[in-house]
Amino acid sequence: MGGLTPEVLAFIGRKAPPRREVVTRRDIRKYAIATGQTQKKYVDGDVAPPLFHVALFWEVVPLDELSPDGVSVDKLLPKFPLEKAMAGGLDIKYHNRIRAGDVLIGNRTLTNIYEKEGRSGALIFYEVVLDVTREDGTPVLTEKTTRLLR
Amino acid sequence: MSLAPDFESLEVGGTLPETHYAPDNIQLFFYNAVLWNAHRIHYDLPYATEVEGYKGLVIAGPMLGDWLAQVVDNWIGDRGMVQRVEYSNRMASFIGETLTAGGTVIAIDQGARTADFDLWVKNEAGDVITPGKVTARFY
Repeated sequence: MGGLTPEVLAFIGRKAPPRREVVTRRDIRKYAIATGQTQKKYVDGDVAPPLFHVALFWEVVPLDELSPDGVSVDKLLPKFPLEKAMAGGLDIKYHNRIRAGDVLIGNRTLTNIYEKEGRSGALIFYEVVLDVTREDGTPVLTEKTTRLLR
Repeated sequence: MSLAPDFESLEVGGTLPETHYAPDNIQLFFYNAVLWNAHRIHYDLPYATEVEGYKGLVIAGPMLGDWLAQVVDNWIGDRGMVQRVEYSNRMASFIGETLTAGGTVIAIDQGARTADFDLWVKNEAGDVITPGKVTARFY
């Protein structure tokens, strides 16, 4: 324990630059087909399936910013003393559905970093909250991601 | 016996229809292309097995989360809306496996017309690889 320095903990509260994304029927249709959706409203691209925002707000990273294993570095995060990424979890609360033509704003905040002693050594947890609204501020969804490093 | 998708006939302990998924390379390619996710464990078999030590090409975690949510969302259709989805990816699963998603009703709120569901995606061995919970509101 004690791997989390004040420098690492100082990242709590850090925010990524806001992302503005236009929801297109084409993007919804691609997502619906890739995930095997069966409902017409999704396959036609009128309405987005519940997990569509995961794709919409995935970082679009240039090739030269990817690591050799094809992963992008999340600039919101500090360099952690543990690096092996383990299971992750999502908790999403929905306020309004996403439809083709919506213009959405996504704000990501690193809301927590903490450590626990696991059965096979120290574990670091961090939480990132993604808050999605329409341009006029109407809430769409809030997603909390928890990830675990060992 | 599977429940009918209307609020009045819901009961705690009732089960939702199960869905089977047998994702192949094409579906996994499309999914990661839609995300702009280039992680090699999803398409580079020598890398996934020799470098990362996996049994095969790894099914993307959030796609399993989507399938978990589909159990309730496809069952409720236009009679309601998913209000909350929680899931965690506990174990890896691989191309070639057939996965099953399903769940049960764990709580009903008559006043709010909402129901909570325990959900799971299992592999062929019966291991729960992705457990979760969904809350849905009926119109």
